[in-house]
Amino acid sequence: MKYDIIMAGVGGQGALSVSSIIASSAMSEGFYVKQSELHGMSQRGGAVVAHLRISDKPISSDMIPVGAASMILSMEPLESLRYLAYLSADGMLVTSTDPMKNIANYPDLGEVLRQIELTPHHVMLDSDQVAKKTGSAHSGNMVMVGAASHFLPVRAETIEKFISQMFARKGEKVVTANLKAYHAGRLAAEGSPGL
Amino acid sequence: MTQKVLLGDEAVALGAIDAGIHAAYAYPGTPSTEILEYLLAHKQKHNKPFAAWCANEKTSYEEALGVSFAGRRAMVSMKHVGLNVAADPFINSALVTINGGLVVVSADDPGMHSSQNEQDSRYYADFAHIVCLEPANQQEAYEMTREAFDVSERFHIPVMVRIVTRLAHSRSVVNVSEPRAESPLSRADSPASWILLPVNARRQWHKLLETQKDLLDYSERSAYNSLRLSKDNNELGVITTGIAKNYYLENLSELDSEPSHLHIGVYPLPVEKIRKLVSHVKRVLILEEGYPYLERYLRGIIEPAVRIQGKLSGEVPREGELTPDNIRNALDLPPHRGLELSGFALPNRPPRLCTGCPHADSFHAIKGAVDANESVFMASDIGCYSLGALPPYSAIETCVCMGASIGMAKGASDAGLRPAIATIGDSTFLHSGVTALMDCIAADTDMTVIILDNETVGMTGGQPTILPDSRLESVVLGLGAKPEHVYVLSAHPKQNERNAEIIHQEINYNGLSVIITVRECLETLRRKKRDKQAEPAGSELVAV
Ligand code: SF4
Repeated sequence: MKYDIIMAGVGGQGALSVSSIIASSAMSEGFYVKQSELHGMSQRGGAVVAHLRISDKPISSDMIPVGAASMILSMEPLESLRYLAYLSADGMLVTSTDPMKNIANYPDLGEVLRQIELTPHHVMLDSDQVAKKTGSAHSGNMVMVGAASHFLPVRAETIEKFISQMFARKGEKVVTANLKAYHAGRLAAEGSPGL
Repeated sequence: MTQKVLLGDEAVALGAIDAGIHAAYAYPGTPSTEILEYLLAHKQKHNKPFAAWCANEKTSYEEALGVSFAGRRAMVSMKHVGLNVAADPFINSALVTINGGLVVVSADDPGMHSSQNEQDSRYYADFAHIVCLEPANQQEAYEMTREAFDVSERFHIPVMVRIVTRLAHSRSVVNVSEPRAESPLSRADSPASWILLPVNARRQWHKLLETQKDLLDYSERSAYNSLRLSKDNNELGVITTGIAKNYYLENLSELDSEPSHLHIGVYPLPVEKIRKLVSHVKRVLILEEGYPYLERYLRGIIEPAVRIQGKLSGEVPREGELTPDNIRNALDLPPHRGLELSGFALPNRPPRLCTGCPHADSFHAIKGAVDANESVFMASDIGCYSLGALPPYSAIETCVCMGASIGMAKGASDAGLRPAIATIGDSTFLHSGVTALMDCIAADTDMTVIILDNETVGMTGGQPTILPDSRLESVVLGLGAKPEHVYVLSAHPKQNERNAEIIHQEINYNGLSVIITVRECLETLRRKKRDKQAEPAGSELVAV
């Protein structure tokens, strides 16, 4: 079993904590894991990408080969397209449709979404809207973890456990809010045509 | 044995702790920053080892050298270009008889994710005639760092650990072994070997050259240099170094027959092992991250009948990082394919200054100070404010190396290009702008230096500036700048107009002016607020 994930977003969106929760969950279920990160200049509001590799055999490369990714998990629609070449033909594109328009030449959002719809397997959801409905506007990230959770090789309960652990230091309220967002994301993805 | 999830950088740091280091020094620089950050966090919990940010890489190196003189183990870590700054003490330290283990970690940045060049630190190790260890993964990063201290003490030389961005910034499980205790204080017993007067230096140089055969012997025997000759493949031999091995292994299962393989993790290059491999095959493919260091070397030592493939011959890309994909051609494998975007132009999303960044206000004030039709020379430097090069600011014309802006503005002014303005951050100023400023003060050069003081090292994540910021003004005055042309201004949107007037006035003054514009970086400000409210959850993996 091998599950490679390209984690995309814009610097500061927290793609790394998403990656971290999935990586921790996979590790606790006995998988080998490698997780690459980005630091420094690239993080200042620019495009960021992290590679997360999960496997039942030791992993050599920290980088995922082109065409090999089982999933692109993106916090932002335009960024979900940037690494398309990494996605395998039967790979799943899971993305938020909530745009981060910090560049002057951001393309027409409708056109971006249309491009996503052209990919064979995709799940799109407005993570911000879903998060707001659960009453925690800042948990868009966890909504995306929830949406992705259907496809990951780890159990949903394991992911829940690690979300709780990650936010434990911030107190019970924050944990509950993030778990709620996670479940809302899971539910929202269920109705999606990508599934 | 315990298991930990660590970044490559953190594995290096923990390796040093478990090797019993007494002290660690560094100047922040991507991708090496997290090494000292890990050590600082460890120090906070366990009260050791001594760990500190320094003014620059040169002072870091010299401080580590002092620890070694005193018989204790020390580590100094930096990014590849930082080694240029520390080159003077680094190269010379190979001539002293190292006492306590001294390890220098240099983190290279092939692909220039966050750097001005791609230079390969292995050349520096070679140049200094010392041992270099190059880990292939997080586990080796831990083990090799530990070993590096032993090697340093065994051969009485500094030892380099060379890592690259991809390893420094990716996480994996590391098996950690029993830590070793710290060595006691014991002053170097032959001080003459530390006094590099010509008479001593010549003796030490001779000794270092004599040691080379022992270093080679160590390298030839090291298990990190592993040779596997394939019985049924006399055609192709692959040599990998460091993390290039991973990309080779990633493709291996697709090859029809497994080539002979030599992996190199220890330098000096194991010549015998290389010869053994080469005599076994008709063609050698060299996969190494960085410059074609090994490839060049090889072209000098093997039979011309054997074909050498690599970066020089063009089968492996000479620029940027290696990847599992860009070496496939050299392995005669077809390219991988993924999904494609058809007819949709994807705009770039470059990094930018945070909204509301104090540097933006400084740039606005500077632009406001310059008459629209005036041609001004605007030198700048390395830090978040380098992003002032991009629209909407387009406010700077140079960014070369730490501290260069002040020296370059002086040169341009000396040449007659005026008005000349240098912008530089507070930390970069203290790192290596301050010495150039002395030249300007001595000559009372007609130019304006603007120190953009955001009270932190912003680019690398908000490490403290080495001298508290309130002291910058007294540093500048203490050097002898004329008080009537030294200003401390607030880099605040409300002040932009007034600041522009002052800058305008000083640009028109025929002599040296120094203007310090102060306002704290938003990131550190936010972090301080957060820390007050609650402990933040880290981005670290949660313990398994
Ligand atoms: S991190 Fe600080 S200094 Fe850097 S761009 Fe953001 S606010 Fe400005």
